[in-house]
Amino acid sequence: MSGKTSKAQSATVIDWPAAIHRALKLQRVRQVSYVPDAGHKRLIELCHADKDMAVVPLTTEEEGIGLAAGAWLGGERAALLMQSSGVGNCVNALTLASNCGFPLLIVVTMRGEWGEFNPWQIPMGQATADVLRLGGVRTLRLERAEDALATVTAAAKLAFDGYGAVAVLIGQRMIGTKSFEDKP
Amino acid sequence: MSAPQLDRRKIVAALLDRRGELLVVAGLGSAAWDCTAAGDHPLTFPLWGAMGSACMMGLGLALAQPGRRVLVVTGDGEMLMGLGSLATIGSHGPRNLAVVVLDNERYGETGMQKTHTAHGVDLAAVARACGFADARIVRSNSEIAPLRAAVHRGRGPLFYQVKVRPKTLPLVLPPRDGAYLKHRFREALLGKKAATD
Repeated sequence: MSGKTSKAQSATVIDWPAAIHRALKLQRVRQVSYVPDAGHKRLIELCHADKDMAVVPLTTEEEGIGLAAGAWLGGERAALLMQSSGVGNCVNALTLASNCGFPLLIVVTMRGEWGEFNPWQIPMGQATADVLRLGGVRTLRLERAEDALATVTAAAKLAFDGYGAVAVLIGQRMIGTKSFEDKP
Repeated sequence: MSAPQLDRRKIVAALLDRRGELLVVAGLGSAAWDCTAAGDHPLTFPLWGAMGSACMMGLGLALAQPGRRVLVVTGDGEMLMGLGSLATIGSHGPRNLAVVVLDNERYGETGMQKTHTAHGVDLAAVARACGFADARIVRSNSEIAPLRAAVHRGRGPLFYQVKVRPKTLPLVLPPRDGAYLKHRFREALLGKKAATD
């Protein structure tokens, strides 16, 4: 299920991907890399449509850690979008954040924690927060759409003003649970 | 195929001599020692870890600094660990990025075990298939001058797999403190404001 606001629901559903995009803009994020997730579909589209952002699709999530470090060396801020299953791919590269103090802002859509239909998503989803913590990444939870702007802004400040790695974990309950009945 | 004959330290020295505005990311291990042997420089960022990340750091830097040339110098083992980054770079097509792989066909820091390139894996062909503007294997001294010209002036993304002798050389180590390496690079590139931005 995407984060898209349907016409029927537009009066009550908050466009949280647009709020995250706005937070990234306000925090001067110029490079956005991602391995796609259905939950990030709209945010990815918003970033691609934004002429002030260089958007870099990746083959694996850890590429985004190196990209963000290179961006910072060159004077730009980067953000990395991924699904929780990608967090484990990043672990060794996180030494860039711990050793060098490279700012790193990760926005993770969670799987395997709320009504998950695919059992293969559950082990990494359940381990995501602990894996990040062990890798030296601070985590903030985003559980309510109306908090998207504030939470991503807070995370960006922690990362860029605090010279560290910060991940926002967007709850699967908020994104909506995917099933094979959902058409893309 | 005959054994590689090129001297990795001479290649790197030739690339970094009169380096001008060049920004350099050096992959962990021998490539970082080679760059340091050519002269420790604030605008060279030597990696001591994060194996497989050198090319992606180069891409982030190249995107942030489109007016500067960016060179990634790394080894075949490091490149093999980040092979997907060639697809990422090829699809993005940064014109100011060049990658030079010093290919001794060995994991030089861990006992000289053979890498996949010793068994015929052609990294330049991979880069070419990924859409690099130019990608080739360099085997002879006569190719070094054109290599240098391409790295400094050619339209990227560029990829050169330089076949070098698998010889253990004296260690010439760069500073090890990552935060220091980061600060000195940013200050040299961005000025004093780098510390407060």
